[in-house]
Amino acid sequence: MTDPAPAVTAVAAETEAALLSVTGLTVRLSVDGRMQPVLREVSLAVRAGEAVGLVGESGSGKSMTARAVDRLLPDGAEVEGSIRFDGADVRGLRGQDLRRYRQQVAMIFQDPRAHVNPVRRIGDFMTEALRTNQRAGSSEALGRAADMLDQVGIDNPGKRLRQYPHELSGGMLQRVMIATALLTRPRLLLADEPTTALDVTTQSEVMAILDELRREYSLAMLFITHDLELAAAVCDRTAVMYAGQIVETRESRLLHEDPLHPYTSALAAARPDIERAARRLNAIPGRPLSAFEAPADECAFAPRCPHAAEPCRAGLPPLIELAGGVTRCVRAEELRGRLGVSIDA
Amino acid sequence: MTTAIALPQEGLRRAAGRFRALGPAGMASAVVLLIALVAAVFGPMLAPHDPNLPNLSLAFVGPTGGHPLGFDFQGRDVLSRLLAGAQSSLLGPLLVVAMAMAAGVLLAVVSAWRGGALDAGVSSVLDIVFAFPGILLAVLATAVFGAGLTAASIALAVAYMPYVARVIRGAALRERARPYVAALEVQGVSATAICTRHLVPNLVPLIVAQSTIMFGYAMVDLAAISFLGLGVQPPAANWGVMISENQTGIPQGYPLPALLAGICIVVVVIAVNVLGERLFERA
Amino acid sequence: MKWRFLLRRLAMLVVSLLVASFLIFAALYLSPGNPVATLSGGRPLPPKSLHLLEQRYHLNDPFFQQYWYWLGNALHGNFGVSITLRENVSTLIAARIWTTAGLVLYASLIIVVLGIGLGILSGLRPGLLDTSALVLTAITAAIPAFVAAIALILVFAVKLGWFPALGNGTDLLSNIRHFTLPAFALAISSLAIVARITRTAVREESRREHVQTARSRGIPTRLVTRRHILRNAAIPITTITGITIASLIAISAVVETAFSLNGLGAYLVQSAESKDIAVVQGISLVLVTAFVVVNVLVDVLYALLDPRVALGSRAR
Repeated sequence: MTDPAPAVTAVAAETEAALLSVTGLTVRLSVDGRMQPVLREVSLAVRAGEAVGLVGESGSGKSMTARAVDRLLPDGAEVEGSIRFDGADVRGLRGQDLRRYRQQVAMIFQDPRAHVNPVRRIGDFMTEALRTNQRAGSSEALGRAADMLDQVGIDNPGKRLRQYPHELSGGMLQRVMIATALLTRPRLLLADEPTTALDVTTQSEVMAILDELRREYSLAMLFITHDLELAAAVCDRTAVMYAGQIVETRESRLLHEDPLHPYTSALAAARPDIERAARRLNAIPGRPLSAFEAPADECAFAPRCPHAAEPCRAGLPPLIELAGGVTRCVRAEELRGRLGVSIDA
Repeated sequence: MTTAIALPQEGLRRAAGRFRALGPAGMASAVVLLIALVAAVFGPMLAPHDPNLPNLSLAFVGPTGGHPLGFDFQGRDVLSRLLAGAQSSLLGPLLVVAMAMAAGVLLAVVSAWRGGALDAGVSSVLDIVFAFPGILLAVLATAVFGAGLTAASIALAVAYMPYVARVIRGAALRERARPYVAALEVQGVSATAICTRHLVPNLVPLIVAQSTIMFGYAMVDLAAISFLGLGVQPPAANWGVMISENQTGIPQGYPLPALLAGICIVVVVIAVNVLGERLFERA
Repeated sequence: MKWRFLLRRLAMLVVSLLVASFLIFAALYLSPGNPVATLSGGRPLPPKSLHLLEQRYHLNDPFFQQYWYWLGNALHGNFGVSITLRENVSTLIAARIWTTAGLVLYASLIIVVLGIGLGILSGLRPGLLDTSALVLTAITAAIPAFVAAIALILVFAVKLGWFPALGNGTDLLSNIRHFTLPAFALAISSLAIVARITRTAVREESRREHVQTARSRGIPTRLVTRRHILRNAAIPITTITGITIASLIAISAVVETAFSLNGLGAYLVQSAESKDIAVVQGISLVLVTAFVVVNVLVDVLYALLDPRVALGSRAR
């Protein structure tokens, strides 16, 4: 097991040592014929071997961030800012270089059923990249695929490789997806809600396998989820997204007890907790806004924030470094210590 | 479903809104079909000359004053024949669609509602009807009952019915599985009432879209049968017949009457297809 | 799994052919008119000949027995005698079947190459080509075979003189020349429909998540297109192309008539007009069989292309 990376204070220092660094990423997509922002000034970094969580409600832009990183945005998307992988500018990659980059960045998707070609055999799916990009022979590739299936806890791999996706359960298919992602020895894993579409019982199993193998292969991971606790359990650091912006980035273990943004604490409080089971869940008032609905010249969370005040509406809050983390709350210092889980009182 | 008592103006405004929602191609198609409908109903009255009055000295004579589209192979006025022919060319297919739809929807809804053996039985009977292409069945029908529009139309309606039934049955099954149907059943509403007052009305957009597309097929197939000499019998005017009887003009270098009849068919079918596609998008 | 699907489909084929043959026989048996009068062409016959005819055609046997005789004979390739040409129906069919088969095959080839080709091109490349293809196919899809026939004759035979307007031709090369315009007339609207559906299938398939997966794994675009987009789009494309080609079998009657081709369809129409019952029965049975067999082939192809086809499910 690799030891958790030591916390780095400054964003700049982080970016330098990072395997993946995203800076000032803004993405606009055509919505109803108009270009609307879906990501606004997103900055984050993932160092080699580090797991970073990306947490937010649906529509907050987490998946869009992963897509931008893997260059999978829809045609016609407008992109600003920089994405660098191992020092190279990802946005400038073309053809062969882009494909080589994608081989180093493996993606695991939310819905394995939709993301595996239904008319090709599992073996075919798993070995496609090996055969095409690494020129592996068919039997060698299938052998490696069988080994990997074994590692993700699928028994009788030989039989599975000959089966079609519809003959496998969702949990099993997601394990196939994980095995496939690891097969080409990538350096970064983009995991987009890998357990959300699964049964609750298989969720933890799949998560455990993913976490274990990631450490074993010392892979860096950007882990996207709507579940703050899960992200905290799996990731070294966690970034919280709201309305297309990152509102807070912090060491995972500190996120719960010492959040720096009211949205983070609200998200933590909204989660059911066995210790507080008797009480009503704390829903965040209002509904989540997508990036293009959110106000552009004030704090995006202000309309729903119990702590919103005059300075919050004065302008778009900048990223503030505080206590080893980063926050987009102008009142962060003032509110610090009052934002813990006790907010629901 | 809206049961509001709409003022005439309001109804008109709503109709105009729906019309605009069709988009430019859809609106153009709707206008074409409206013109076609007027021609189908009032065509014989609108015809400037007697469509059946031959004058062999005018055979294949081009457009002149008073006869803007010229004369056909027997020297009859082409415009008058096109207008008079609109009736059988358009109302025939309409009849086919009405028959195929009525039978198909009835079969589909009953077998979707009852399920089980009845459904299986109906499905296998329809599978067998599938074995007969429309035109072949129509030719067979005319061999048995003699050439004419009636036999051909009924045969086409029978051949189309399985297609209707298959699509509508699928939709009816989905509709049947929806909670409101169960709710009505629990309240003791009879099956007939649920089907006629709720289920079928909810399928109307799909039925309309399918009828529209099917009208295009029926029009082409019926015209083909008339072209083959097994449908509308000359000297009666019909677009399919006009193509067939004026074919001799083509090698003689005078294709106008045959082409005009062909263009009439093509334009109406394009309009029907475009409109049908729009309606399917919204069904 | 697949074998049981195929066997079931084959059994359905036999049943529907049996029922279809029965319907064909029954309809014409029940058709108005005295069969003897039809057989004799309306002339009065001496009792001896009448008796001979009745025996030969089993005219006094019960209906089902007559059907049985007819079916048994038909299975041995004996469809009776044409009353107008006084020749064996099977001989008459054999003389014409290759015209129809050749015409339908030629048209199918045009549909597969041009229709699917155009559909794939415009499906993969949105833009000017795609937009113009969309408009063009919307128009051509509405052109019935007989309208296409007169337009093609007018332009390519009468005005340009590139192709002959009428007739079959004598050797293979002249056959191809003679069949080109009819084949295009037969193919044109189906070509447009196949192109449009191919385009939609390709477009839909390229938007699928699994295509994104392949892209995210650094698979070259060319291979993503071939292995994932086109491979999966092949399922609906095959189905619609097959069904379309099956429908050509009946429409060939129209084209053969328009181009005076000596084929089964045109002959069926003539026989229907002259009430030559034996011929109508024979040709109908041949055409229905071809139609049903092509449809079954489509189902089988579908099952081979799509591993998800479960037992007993249908292709359409």
